[in-house]
Amino acid sequence: MTKRLSKVVPESCMVILLGILLGSILNAADFQNVATISNFNSRIFFLFLLPPIVLDAGYFLHTRAFFDNIGTILLYAVVGTIFNTFTVGLTLYITTDLGINLLQMLLFSCLIAAVDPVAVLAVFEEVHVNEVLYILVFGESLLNDAVTVVLYRLFEALVTQGGTPKVEEVFIGVAAFFVVSLGGMLIGIFWAYLTAFLSKFIDHVKVLEPIFVVCMCYMSYLSAELFHFSGIISIVTCAIVMKPYVEANISQKSRIPLKYFMKMASSLSETIIFMMLGVILFDRQLEFDAWFTLLTIIFILVYRCLGVVLLTWLANSLRLNKLGKVDQFIMAYGGLRGAVSFSLATVLEEKYVPKKNIMETTTIAVVFFTVFVQGITIKPLVNLLKVKRAVKRKEVMLGEVNDKLLDHLLGGVQDVIQHRGRYYWKNLHQYVDMKYLRPWFM
Amino acid sequence: MGLNSSSMLQDQDVEDIKKETGFSEKQIKRLYIRFLHLDSRGCGRLSREDFGRIPELAINPLNERIIDSFYFHCSDIDEQEGCNFREFMKTLAHFRRCSKRGQNPLNTEEEKLKFIFSIYDIDKDGNITKADLLKILEMMVGVSIGKEQLELIAHRTIQDADADSDDAIDFEEFKKVMATEEIENKMTVRFLN
Repeated sequence: MTKRLSKVVPESCMVILLGILLGSILNAADFQNVATISNFNSRIFFLFLLPPIVLDAGYFLHTRAFFDNIGTILLYAVVGTIFNTFTVGLTLYITTDLGINLLQMLLFSCLIAAVDPVAVLAVFEEVHVNEVLYILVFGESLLNDAVTVVLYRLFEALVTQGGTPKVEEVFIGVAAFFVVSLGGMLIGIFWAYLTAFLSKFIDHVKVLEPIFVVCMCYMSYLSAELFHFSGIISIVTCAIVMKPYVEANISQKSRIPLKYFMKMASSLSETIIFMMLGVILFDRQLEFDAWFTLLTIIFILVYRCLGVVLLTWLANSLRLNKLGKVDQFIMAYGGLRGAVSFSLATVLEEKYVPKKNIMETTTIAVVFFTVFVQGITIKPLVNLLKVKRAVKRKEVMLGEVNDKLLDHLLGGVQDVIQHRGRYYWKNLHQYVDMKYLRPWFM
Repeated sequence: MGLNSSSMLQDQDVEDIKKETGFSEKQIKRLYIRFLHLDSRGCGRLSREDFGRIPELAINPLNERIIDSFYFHCSDIDEQEGCNFREFMKTLAHFRRCSKRGQNPLNTEEEKLKFIFSIYDIDKDGNITKADLLKILEMMVGVSIGKEQLELIAHRTIQDADADSDDAIDFEEFKKVMATEEIENKMTVRFLN
């Protein structure tokens, strides 16, 4: 029974159900300290629960697949999120009359439009779709953070000022996007190289090695947040950049605890987050507006599909491996919303957004809908549509050697035909790495 | 200059190359301009030195093998003088994307595999021997890994793939190992129009 259940229902759903159970018990017992639970606020979420998950995801990210598809991922993450925000916001504004003005509606749509890395990870980890599909959805959810942060702050500022946006404010918003994402990236790179350099000198205290690496990554997250840059982008960059050097520098014995520490911390955070989503149902003043909720769910689904189809069409004209209809469907369907959306909804200020409660409830509903309905049905759908699964590659040395050889070979061909493509950059990076970086950091 | 130089390419040649390699006319003309640019002697043939002058290629650890690969289609006499445009295109055609529509005798999975195989097979004896592999590995990883370790890697790599235990990988064995590696996707380069 339990075995069959766990095959059908993803873990995240089970944890939410557990949370609901816990919440109802607390509620029934009239537990006075519910207030302490409601302290699950965005601060705790962003400072303590989110970083372990993104760190783990970034550190064990399949960088090869990620960078092979970086163009498409960026397209989805940046253009797709902006597209979703504005289309959902505008249509919701037109179709509903709850007395929410346009800016407030856009603020809401921007927090609801972004795909959530935690939810995507929780569901996709168990589905085992092929690597490209996985990295597209997951990469998007990681990188759209910068867009969401910028849009959210932009609309928030506009809402609190209560004015209509001026032209220059829009330009500042665009500039802010680059500052937030590139700033996060730079801080991540800085901490990564610092860690790589310092990890050369800590091999006499092996006990410290794993915790040192984790702490440095966390520092990159915190220092990015300090400047209001994207912490998620910062910590992911930091993890990706430091990994090859750190892995080589720390002892074999430290590598395993490092891995398990990250895995455990992230699954712990994930569990707490989903559990809290369940508990919170009994803890908030829910103001349910069925029509608004229904429209929101319909619109985010429709525009997600529309956005994916449009952007894939664009991406396919440049990609060598085209994305088929089935891939597009799974990509649209895999756009789960989660705790990031919810946390952003809770920090809305009632003073400026009078309909905050409705928005919060709707967000909870959307999160539940995506995690439960889409999360549970995605596996059968993947089976039904015969989506290409992740093939367990036979671990042969020749395959690995060959991958390296192909990188150089294709890079060489791109040099000959003078096309500065992906392999050209890969080769250049490797050259710089070998010649200048490794001597310093290894 | 662009127009002028492409007019040196006879229409008939373009047709032939198109048939042989599957490139589009625009791609052929574009690559011809590049070819002329590389051809320092102006004799319509590229020597090894011409390839060697490409600055980006100079930092490629496998540059020798890559340059060699442009001569796989040349006969021995040609090799002295360099590869002409047609042979140049033939080599590049291996890197075209292989799809049902764009298939042609040069970019099938089999041909791609043969091409990769001949990169490994330095002494052209039809087998990837340990010596071949060791040379390739040395080129790729440089001096950062010790000789013994490289030897261990080469040994294990051969052992993994070697079905008839003759301490070498022949093409059939190579093909078998590469069956799961999606070579037809991995070995493609975009050619601009």
